Amino acid sequence: MAELKYDENGRLLFTKEMKKDYTLLAPQMLPDHFAMVVEIVRSYGYKVEMLENAGRPVIDAGQKYVHNDACYPAILVIGQLINAIQSGKYDPHKVALVITQTGGGCRASNYIHLLRKALEKADLAFVPVISLNLSGMEKNPGFQLSVGILRKAIFALIYGDLLLCVSNQVRPYELTKGDTDTCVQQCMNFLLADMHQGKGMSFKSMNANFDRITAAFKAIPVSQEEKVRVGVVGEIYVKYAPLGNNNLCDFLLSEGAEPVVPGVIDFIIFKINNREVDVDIYGGRWIKEKFCHWLQKYVMKYQHAMIDALRRSGFRAPGDFTELHSYIKGYLGDGNKMGEGWLLTAEMLELIHIGVPNIVCTQPFGCLPNHIVGKGMIRKLKDDYPWSNIVAIDYDPGATKINQENRIKLMLANAKALKKEQELQSQTPVPSEAKAPAL
Amino acid sequence: MDLRVGIDIGSTTVKVVVLDEQNKLLFRSYERHFSKTRERAAQTLRSITDILSGKNVHMVITGSAGLGVSKVCGIDFVQEVYATAAAVNQYVPGTDAVIELGGEDAKIIFFGGALEERMNGSCAGGTGAFIDQMASLLNVSIDQLDELSLKHEKIYPIASRCGVFAKSDIQPILNQGGRKEDVAASIFQAVVDQTVAGLTQGRALKGKIVFLGGPLHFLTGLRERFVDTLHLDNDHAVFPEDGDCFAAMGAALCATDYPSRPFEECLKLLEESVDATTALDVMPPLFINETNYAAFLSRHNANHPPVADLATYAGDAWLGIDAGSTTTKMVLIGPEGGILFHYYHSNQGNPVAIVLEQLKEIYRQCGNRVTIKGAAVTGYGEELIKNAFQCDLGLVETMAHYKAAAHFNPQVDFIIDIGGQDMKCFKIRNGAVDSIMLNEACSSGCGSFIETFAKALGYDIASFSKLGLFSPHPVNLGSRCTVFMNSSVKQAQKDGAGVEDISAGLSISIVKNAVYKVIRAANADDLGKHIVVQGGTFLNDAVLRAFEQELGREVVRPTIAGLMGAFGAALSARDLHLEQSDLLSIEALQSFSHNAKPATCGLCTNHCSLTVNTFDGGRKFISGNRCSRPLGKEKQTLPDLMKYKYNSLRSYHGKGQGTGVRGRIGIPFGLNMYENLPFWFNFFTTLNFEVVLSPESSRKLYIKGQHTIPSDTVCYPAKLLHGHVEALVEMGVDAIWYPCMSYNYDEGIGDNHYNCPVVAYYPELLAANIPQLKETRFLNPYVGLWRHRDCEKHLAEIMGKEFAIPHRETVAAVQSAYQEYTSFLHDLRSMGELYVEEARQKGLPILVVAGRPYHADPEINHGINDLITGQGFALITEDAVSWKMGYESRNVLNQWTFQSRMYNAARYVCAQPDIQLIQLVSFGCGTDAITADEVRSILEAHGKLYTQLKIDDINNLGAVKIRIRSLMAAMEARSRGKDHGDS
Repeated sequence: MAELKYDENGRLLFTKEMKKDYTLLAPQMLPDHFAMVVEIVRSYGYKVEMLENAGRPVIDAGQKYVHNDACYPAILVIGQLINAIQSGKYDPHKVALVITQTGGGCRASNYIHLLRKALEKADLAFVPVISLNLSGMEKNPGFQLSVGILRKAIFALIYGDLLLCVSNQVRPYELTKGDTDTCVQQCMNFLLADMHQGKGMSFKSMNANFDRITAAFKAIPVSQEEKVRVGVVGEIYVKYAPLGNNNLCDFLLSEGAEPVVPGVIDFIIFKINNREVDVDIYGGRWIKEKFCHWLQKYVMKYQHAMIDALRRSGFRAPGDFTELHSYIKGYLGDGNKMGEGWLLTAEMLELIHIGVPNIVCTQPFGCLPNHIVGKGMIRKLKDDYPWSNIVAIDYDPGATKINQENRIKLMLANAKALKKEQELQSQTPVPSEAKAPAL
Repeated sequence: MDLRVGIDIGSTTVKVVVLDEQNKLLFRSYERHFSKTRERAAQTLRSITDILSGKNVHMVITGSAGLGVSKVCGIDFVQEVYATAAAVNQYVPGTDAVIELGGEDAKIIFFGGALEERMNGSCAGGTGAFIDQMASLLNVSIDQLDELSLKHEKIYPIASRCGVFAKSDIQPILNQGGRKEDVAASIFQAVVDQTVAGLTQGRALKGKIVFLGGPLHFLTGLRERFVDTLHLDNDHAVFPEDGDCFAAMGAALCATDYPSRPFEECLKLLEESVDATTALDVMPPLFINETNYAAFLSRHNANHPPVADLATYAGDAWLGIDAGSTTTKMVLIGPEGGILFHYYHSNQGNPVAIVLEQLKEIYRQCGNRVTIKGAAVTGYGEELIKNAFQCDLGLVETMAHYKAAAHFNPQVDFIIDIGGQDMKCFKIRNGAVDSIMLNEACSSGCGSFIETFAKALGYDIASFSKLGLFSPHPVNLGSRCTVFMNSSVKQAQKDGAGVEDISAGLSISIVKNAVYKVIRAANADDLGKHIVVQGGTFLNDAVLRAFEQELGREVVRPTIAGLMGAFGAALSARDLHLEQSDLLSIEALQSFSHNAKPATCGLCTNHCSLTVNTFDGGRKFISGNRCSRPLGKEKQTLPDLMKYKYNSLRSYHGKGQGTGVRGRIGIPFGLNMYENLPFWFNFFTTLNFEVVLSPESSRKLYIKGQHTIPSDTVCYPAKLLHGHVEALVEMGVDAIWYPCMSYNYDEGIGDNHYNCPVVAYYPELLAANIPQLKETRFLNPYVGLWRHRDCEKHLAEIMGKEFAIPHRETVAAVQSAYQEYTSFLHDLRSMGELYVEEARQKGLPILVVAGRPYHADPEINHGINDLITGQGFALITEDAVSWKMGYESRNVLNQWTFQSRMYNAARYVCAQPDIQLIQLVSFGCGTDAITADEVRSILEAHGKLYTQLKIDDINNLGAVKIRIRSLMAAMEARSRGKDHGDS
């Protein structure tokens, strides 16, 4: 065990000494994305592992050590970390925990403090916790988010988004079950191997890798069957983490639907964009505004590259951040930034515009921002787009799968009925005032 | 065409229908399944073999529990709301909307325009199971409940969100002598409100409405409430003859699209699936064997009071009464605490009658040998019983329980009491009750829950809980509120769990709920070393065992666990050392009479629902009041800063110093306007606008806006805004001003200065959900007030664009507005100091009520301030003291301004020996999940008491009263302890 050092507020620090023989444990959210980020962090000399423990013990640990009125992702993330330490797999005196912190006005910024309280309750107060954030909160001598790591992490996230996008488009139609997952694994393997050697990290090589990935997925034999496409949006953790949403994508697949899950890079750009908007609305240093503006453009360059790669290979491509942003006019202001903020509504609007009006809006039970940007916008979306078909599903340690599935099934049944109605109406001429005010 | 069969397997019933080629009903059935879903469906099908035998049939299953059955047996499934829509299309063409209530689901379907179908979310009662629960609470059958409701005279406001909430509303009404007829109708009204609020979500319910599902089919009173509330006439309210079976009929109609099979094959599929089970989430058994259980029993049965026998005893005795929420307990003791007489029974909604009867019985058995020297009463019905029978002492439950527990273990440091409706836990520190934890309205998985469940499954409570003792694999049902547990049980049943596994699972759930949700303990040491458990629910050995297992520690359960409140009351009566008791004599009891009448107090805006109890000889007792005014006494005017703040805010309307020529600006009086109104009022009146405030909040105003609330789990203060904004539209203002504010003022006391997401962005939610706002000028721009110069620029831009106001004029108005805001703050702060001074002079205890600014709204705090000052406290608010402390680093990210004030207020209180703090928390407030623990730890680190009051749209202040009185008792005990220490 390394010597424990504290900052002036009594926060346990992750020291340089710890860097040598401590293992960093990170919770899981997006399995593929995070696996690549972890590999990059490793290449900077850290021992780091992404946790894969799941199931009841994780939830139990969370409920035991976290205030039960805290949001579900906090319970899961902290439960997963504590359960891992208590599993006996690691020497508790040689691990540190990593958790993200957005610094926004939602409760999620407090996860790290809830985690520390939980560690204390579990007699693990000697385990250091590292905050991953872009706001400069909580610095540690032994851990630095260097520009290099950040740049590469963005690459990893873009690769992850591409894999998410193409695999979701192929998996429901694959003729041989498992082909898609094998292909994801193969792509991951070569990407990780590349990263391990420091390759695949230039704009040029990234574009080449994009094509290699899209080609691999294009090569999977698929059926021409038509399936209902279902969008998945929501609070970022339950939207992506199978642990958080009771394996939502698997369920949608088993119901004969194609899940459409918007990627995570928009969220990153969104968080950068917020800072620029803040200066715009409330005033502040123009240099901050300029820097954020530049950073947003930088990340969007890679997003565009991904979109181009999708297009040239014949996959459906999502719109870029600017396009997403254009949808929310009349719905929410640019200043709506806590949690997923206006981005969540924008994603629903984009899905409706690209012909995916059937949407599952996921949120932890009692999620504060989603009262507004999720559930709060469904009425207006339905008024403006009568064929939209959105179901809000709450996730919670006590919520049962059967209730969630029944409501999703209702949404799927509606999808069919609405499609029929829509087809009927499009055959008969529609009086002009009854037309949907699309766009 | 082949015959079509639809099977609807709901949470409590199975419906089977057979349709012929003309869509005519050949057969229909509606039966309870007592969680044996597959068996029930198979039996019914077998019983109609004569109709179907040898034929090909299209068979489809639907319903909330049908999904699982369909998966196992391989018969096709259609979603039940979809099926219902199909049936309505076929049988009631021209329908505009459908409301269907089922056992545990509520559904709504809108036709016309695009089809819209919706079900209740995961947190929503107001369904059949809710009505069942309420009926058993009133101790009547469902039919009786229905009959009662038709004779109502008045409707009480009852929280409609979920059964648990409603219970805590209904119980006090009953305990205070409210009429069952009125309660019955109020229960149905709550269901209606829940349906309208939870499901319409902004789409108007009009035109021809079809009502379906069991409850609406069978309950005339419920129908009446719906028809009344929605203002429907006979042509527009349709109750189809087979309304209870519509989903099944719809399923049969949909069956056309699915392949047909020989009937015998379908039956076989269903019957064979009966034995199939799937993986269950299970836990270790409670007891391995009988020996194990016997040892457990003998250990606990050793904790009993001294033996005593009334038949032979002669001498003095003391009476204790615990008028609990669902049960009445009475105990007569001798000088050593030996129990001479005891009684434990459901109070059947009328505790007075029960006590009267038992008191007569006690006098009879006492004869001339025994003299009752004192009587004390505790519990929810304390005041009523005390007044009815002239008891010598009324004491708060926590004190009674401590008194009783100390009798068994003088060293006791932790007491947990789980009763029928509530759960109380408290620590004992230095001989005083400390840190009380009560179950919050949403997690009361208490005794009556198991009971209701036992009944639903066809068992009585005793045999049901016995079943669980030796279950080899108790099911894991989670540890949240009862609504969630209901669906966990549903899932377990679907997965094939037996009744004994469910019974054990429920017992364990209750314990987990208590330990993790109410007490929030990580381990046994968090509780204490000497734990005494009590309350009727702990007489259930399964619950007791689960509790010991969960803690990994042995606890004391006295044999009289269910009587501890009464026992403690009796001990307290004994310790009064009275020469003579005032208790009504046997003679007085002969002429005793009691009559209860509901009334509404009109003396202030609280509009308390009063119950006027009159007894023989003109004795009178009024309950339900918050202050002493309806009792004919002058209202005490103790310092109350909450009221002061509210009144001074309400005065910010009109033209101010300006001319008002630019028009009328409406400002909704809610959420952060409780902070910013002085600013905006001055700003707009300086610009020569007239400021129009929305009316004061009220239940009525809430109901007005209820139908446009999209998220039923958001906090009550936010929900109220819908009514406020609609009212402003009706008042015909020229524009409504309600800006979005991500950030609050930066008071330099936190790490950041956000508003919570709901406060910050609720204006945008209103704009998207309230249709009337589309025709109104609703201004909700993003504004930040903490950077004065930037704010001037930004507002000048907005005012220029919206009203063509010159830049310079707006800038001047902003500057003037800042001054007004500052002087408002200063006034509040100096008033706070004045109040503290005044209280100190008079020797009054002082309470800081820490919440949000909008908790000053009487509709949000339900008059808690009156209750507090009524108990003799001087009240000040968190914002009047938070400024006295500077920034200090916290163990949480201290990033919301309003919340930062609470931390500072707590720190301030820690330095003041004569001030305590109470935290107000709105149900559903996510940020308070963070702040509650932090405020508690600040206070407890300095030896202060932490008390939290959770509030929602509920009106009942019973639980609040217990806490405030316990706090007072604890403060007194502490100051006594200190006096001893000093001397």
